[in-house]
Amino acid sequence: MAGAGVNRADDERPDAAPRFDDRRDLLRPLRLFGLFFRVGALNELQYRANLAVQLFQSGIALGTGLIVLGLVFGQTSNLGGWSQSELLAVMGVHILMGGIINSAIQPNMERLMTDVRQGTLDFILTKPEDAQVMISVREFRIWQAVDIVVGGIVLAIAVSQLQAGIGVGAALIFALTLFLGAVMIYCFWLLVTTAAFWVIRMDELHELFEGLYQSGRWPVTIYPGWLRISLTFLVPIGFAVTVPAEALTSRLTVETLALAAAFAAVLFLVTRWFWRFGLRHYSGASA
Amino acid sequence: MTSATPGAPAAGSSAPSTLDGGLLAAIRGWIGFYVTTMRLAVTAQIQYRVSNYFYMIGMIAEPVIYLVVWSTVARQQGGEVGGFTPGEFAAYYIVWTLVRNMNIALTPYAWEERVRGGELAGMLLRPVHPIHFDLGFLAGWKAVVIVLWLPLAAFLTLIFQPTLAIRPIDLVVFFVAIWGAYVLRSMFLWLLGLVTFWTTRVGPVFDIFFTAELLLSGRLVPLSLMPDWAQQVAGFLPFQWTFGFPIEALIGQLPPEQLLGGLTMQLLWIAISATIVAVAWRLAVKRFSAVGG
Repeated sequence: MAGAGVNRADDERPDAAPRFDDRRDLLRPLRLFGLFFRVGALNELQYRANLAVQLFQSGIALGTGLIVLGLVFGQTSNLGGWSQSELLAVMGVHILMGGIINSAIQPNMERLMTDVRQGTLDFILTKPEDAQVMISVREFRIWQAVDIVVGGIVLAIAVSQLQAGIGVGAALIFALTLFLGAVMIYCFWLLVTTAAFWVIRMDELHELFEGLYQSGRWPVTIYPGWLRISLTFLVPIGFAVTVPAEALTSRLTVETLALAAAFAAVLFLVTRWFWRFGLRHYSGASA
Repeated sequence: MTSATPGAPAAGSSAPSTLDGGLLAAIRGWIGFYVTTMRLAVTAQIQYRVSNYFYMIGMIAEPVIYLVVWSTVARQQGGEVGGFTPGEFAAYYIVWTLVRNMNIALTPYAWEERVRGGELAGMLLRPVHPIHFDLGFLAGWKAVVIVLWLPLAAFLTLIFQPTLAIRPIDLVVFFVAIWGAYVLRSMFLWLLGLVTFWTTRVGPVFDIFFTAELLLSGRLVPLSLMPDWAQQVAGFLPFQWTFGFPIEALIGQLPPEQLLGGLTMQLLWIAISATIVAVAWRLAVKRFSAVGG
């Protein structure tokens, strides 16, 4: 622990300097993301057979989802007030958001966990960039992004089946809710991963999230109250999947949209604070 | 473990002793081996309670989702769908959680690491077929898992109010059937894992297996809710004996001949799969060459 004090001083320097930069250049995180994206893509383009594997897996997952939907609608004509094409839209959002999580969010968080355990996070902290930005954009799995495309196709089919169709306004609001949802899932992952500074071993976290995320396949409104609230505020799957689907099926109220925006903002600030708090507990590899 | 292993293989070579003595020694050796391996698993796994709980909550989310969806459908259809009321769905999926914990076997993905990491070379040196260690270790782990499962089961029971009517015979058959399910599923997953010896792209093969299992075992929905043709296909496959059968044995009020018939099918499939495992293992080991030693 003697070394912790020295380390703390080290930690704060790279963290403080770029924050100043950030204010001048808000696009900097985006440009960093672009850079890492290019490197990651070049790296993965070497393994093109993985695309076939990913397509196969996405196909199987999609097929299973459609079978389940078929089984349910073989017995009933609506589920909790949602028709079959509306639930297809939910499924589309679920697959799309799953693609975002698996390509951009989860790989970064898993790498962060490994870095904390092995002490290699030091390499990030010595870089002259904001540490939170760095750990959030380092990884991008392009093949996992296949699900973003698959989800988009499922969504398009679902929307074409909806009687109402959607206008430009609804499409923009949908995009906004999708963005807010992705931010919330990112915050959730980072909050939990930051706990790695204290807990160190969280191998099963991936399993836990994967299991819970499956609940988003259905609108959270069908779950009993305690579960619905947990799946909205504790693990923001309701905001990430159901709310965008509501935007597409003319269910979204102004109150829900405002709540989503406010919750995303608060969660982001809390996550930022908790990350910096956690970082102070990191003692590094050499300490 | 070191004290137990010599007992088992000694049996085969103990020609001079009488048949009775040899058999007894062999049985004692095997029991010793399994008890020791199971104890080892309990000691190892009890340390990772948080990890085990994460895993279990993630796992329990799955049946809870199915349960909510299907009880919603049942309520909308006037309280029943495919012969299941919401309370019966609750019973099905709560028992599901125990059966799932029981039929967890070694993941076939473990083989990649075993082959690549060279762990397999060490396993080959042991005088006992390696499947016994896996069977014993995961069986011991179940003791830990079931202790952790009890509070979750109590919670689910309170929340979802299952309709349960269990006869003593159901309980007896269930107890046998969950172990049958465990052994049977272990055999198949082991067999699946051996595919690793022939190809490194195992993901798609495993995906097909697990998807077929999900749909045709009673894991996703009770098989009676599946279309007739799917039920017929399921009849030719082993999956339902590892999932649906144990659950329905406990809560389905099955007549005695169906209960016994199910156990017989488990035994039959275990015999078939164990034979294939024995053959495939020999072929697989021939293909394996350790690097570095």
